[in-house]
Amino acid sequence: MIDITKTFGEVVANDSVCLDIVEGEILSLLGENGSGKTTLMNMLSGIYMPDSGRILFHGKEVSIKSPKDAFDLGIGMIHQHFKLVDVLSAAENIVLGLNETPLVDLKHVRARVKEICNRYGFVINPDKKVYDMPVSEKQTLEIVKVLYRGADILILDEPTAVLTPQETAKLFSVMRNMRENGKSIIIITHKLHEVMEISDRVAVLRKGKYIGDIATCATNPQQLTDMMVGHSVSLNIDRPDVGELRECLRVSGLTVVDKDGVTKLDNVSFTANGGEILGIAGISGSGQKELLEAVAGLQIVRSGGIQYTARDAQKPMELVGMNAQAIKAAGVVLAFVPEDRLGMGLVGSMDLSDNMMLRSYSKGKGPFARRTPPRHLAEQVIEELEVVTPGVSIPVRRLSGGNVQKILVGRELAQHPSLLMTAYAVRGLDINTSYAIYRLMNEQKKTGTAVVFVGEDLDVLLELCDRILVLCAGKVSGIVDGRNTTKEKVGLMMTRLSEEVKNA
Amino acid sequence: MRKDSSEPLVRISKRATIASWKAWLIRIAALFAALVICAVIIYAITKMNPLKVYGTMFQGAFGTSKRLWVTIRDIMMMQCIAIGLAPVFKMRFWNIGAEGQILVGGCAAAACMIYFPNIPLGLLLALMAISSAVAGAIWGLIPAIFKAKWNTNETLFTLMMNYVAIQLTSYCVALWENPYGSNSVGIINPVSHSGWLPSVFGQAYTLNVVIVLLLSLLMYVYLRYSKQGFEIAVVGESENTARYAGINVGKVIIRTMAISGAVCGIAGFLAVSGASHTISTSTAGGKGFTAIIVAWMAKFNAWVMLLISALIVFLERGAVEIASAYNLSNHVSEMITGIILFFLIGSEFFINYNVKFRGAARRAE
Repeated sequence: MIDITKTFGEVVANDSVCLDIVEGEILSLLGENGSGKTTLMNMLSGIYMPDSGRILFHGKEVSIKSPKDAFDLGIGMIHQHFKLVDVLSAAENIVLGLNETPLVDLKHVRARVKEICNRYGFVINPDKKVYDMPVSEKQTLEIVKVLYRGADILILDEPTAVLTPQETAKLFSVMRNMRENGKSIIIITHKLHEVMEISDRVAVLRKGKYIGDIATCATNPQQLTDMMVGHSVSLNIDRPDVGELRECLRVSGLTVVDKDGVTKLDNVSFTANGGEILGIAGISGSGQKELLEAVAGLQIVRSGGIQYTARDAQKPMELVGMNAQAIKAAGVVLAFVPEDRLGMGLVGSMDLSDNMMLRSYSKGKGPFARRTPPRHLAEQVIEELEVVTPGVSIPVRRLSGGNVQKILVGRELAQHPSLLMTAYAVRGLDINTSYAIYRLMNEQKKTGTAVVFVGEDLDVLLELCDRILVLCAGKVSGIVDGRNTTKEKVGLMMTRLSEEVKNA
Repeated sequence: MRKDSSEPLVRISKRATIASWKAWLIRIAALFAALVICAVIIYAITKMNPLKVYGTMFQGAFGTSKRLWVTIRDIMMMQCIAIGLAPVFKMRFWNIGAEGQILVGGCAAAACMIYFPNIPLGLLLALMAISSAVAGAIWGLIPAIFKAKWNTNETLFTLMMNYVAIQLTSYCVALWENPYGSNSVGIINPVSHSGWLPSVFGQAYTLNVVIVLLLSLLMYVYLRYSKQGFEIAVVGESENTARYAGINVGKVIIRTMAISGAVCGIAGFLAVSGASHTISTSTAGGKGFTAIIVAWMAKFNAWVMLLISALIVFLERGAVEIASAYNLSNHVSEMITGIILFFLIGSEFFINYNVKFRGAARRAE
């Protein structure tokens, strides 16, 4: 790819980027959010057209106008959000849109799928429906689908974001097998240790520009971070010791059943203390969302109790049976950074100061909302958290993911909460912003706030949290000390309950 | 050099922002384009001079003082319904029941006129306005309560409420029939003018204008500056966020629908007391549906709604005039209105997206 440029409106997503892809190698594409990694790969796989620049394939200039053109050249992309039809089986998804033969010969498809699986070490059942598959299996299916179409260059967009450590290891071994078979693989990732582990070469993008590439064996995470960010960054996450702990939240026997009758939380009990960060680990969909929402009064609780003790209150207060409004009215200062930032935490089409007002609009007497304090708060958050925005009166949806999160976190912290709950607070954020968020969590912890941190990156959880509660299918499979546990142990607990872990 | 074939014919990209004068320029250009297309069609079908036809439309809407004031009266009617619909549609509550709310409001006003013709005019008018508002609010509340408590579909519910209102009006017409056997109510209090909005400054419709502009101002302030207006906006954008922020979604739905129904009920009062001085099943006359377009096109800004109401009423009145002047069918007027609305709504695409043609893109490089 030579001199590739792509702009969206006034935003330059890729600015004269040149990139070589070598046969039989695993290339990591590294860069902060919004550095243009996905855009670049989308142009290679025919989703977008470059505004200018050329793509040479085996020395010949090609123009990739559609995903079909890309497939004809043997380029296949596995997107972050899977493109599968839930109600079809694996084999049906694989042949969907291919139209090789007038009639779909599933028998033949099954045989070829089996052959591909055997060659690279996949395990897949061609007749299984997609809705029955866990995330990792869906991903495997996406890869098989691309290989089935004869791809020689595979692009994986943040494939490990949804996987447990064990699943990631499995994926990496498959990737190595593919490399042995002469395939080229491009992997987009944020996780430096994965870059070091899997790739042969690393290419770094920063703000749409190509910074350089380097052989993996000749570099280290620190150097890569510096290339990515443009200046030196410390990669250690602090875990300050705060002497005094104060019970803030006691959850006992919490059970939540959703409207389809599926048990989302099953007899969950734990305490969260002021002055510590309680991490919550688990495969996504293990009940993290329901747990936080139950505390925030947004979930109907089947049974169990949630006792909340305010900063200087003597007696705990029962939150079960209260909705968000009642909790607010009772004076509980609870900050909640939900997973769905624009769908729950913020209103995408409203501007920054109106979004600040979400928490404070009902304050003050009279029928009119006061607009000045939220605007000041927005200005303050922009300054303190270094939010990149053209101003306070721009719809929050127009900001990049990291800046959206800063606005949300900034607003929640401005309430001076005694309990702070965050769900995937750093998901999709770049290194700089992520570290800013970790720092804010630690500051809250030091002021005696009870922090509940739902995370997906186990390395971060182990470095940041004092204790880690591991959820597995809505049950607590154990609570471990963040200081003396291992990633492997937590990974195992995520997939099996602790009794089984002990027996294993 | 890259070959031309590798470049798509048109590129469509979302605009980040657009200067408001540019947006208005696009809208005005769309209006002109619509007029040109209409002219071509008029000429193709009738072989008449389109400019003359447009002139006749203008004559029809503004030609005489009387026509002008009837046009203004109709604009105010449309505007009143549109401001009634604005808060619920801003809340993304699909209230297509304005027709019914207008009718029950009209019935309530007519009932006051018929049963209490002898109380002082000021008191009677206040009684009529209040009972119209209450009737409209009740008509709005019923679907809102069902929506809030049992999550019923408001579109179907409000639509069906229209039919109930029409039946109710038919019953009232039969009850108040005058003269007997005419199957209509006739002009109510034709001699005493009891319950008629009085003329001010010699104009019969001055009060209509004052009432509607006042309501517009109140609605503008309510939606823009009040706490409740903010709640409406949040519920409309995302119910999840509203719940998260501690907003009682059901309460907001019920409250907003009551306000909306009340304003539509007042529109019914204006139709009876300030315009026709009678009641029939066609008192609402489809305005409850047209006003939905007005509210949406104005993005719920009360003042922009006034502009759009004026445009639509002008088109309707002008079209009726050309239909009678040139002996054309009424459908011609509907066609013209349709073409103009199509262009105006379509122009929003060019406001939100940037379209570049192949040649232009190359020149830019």
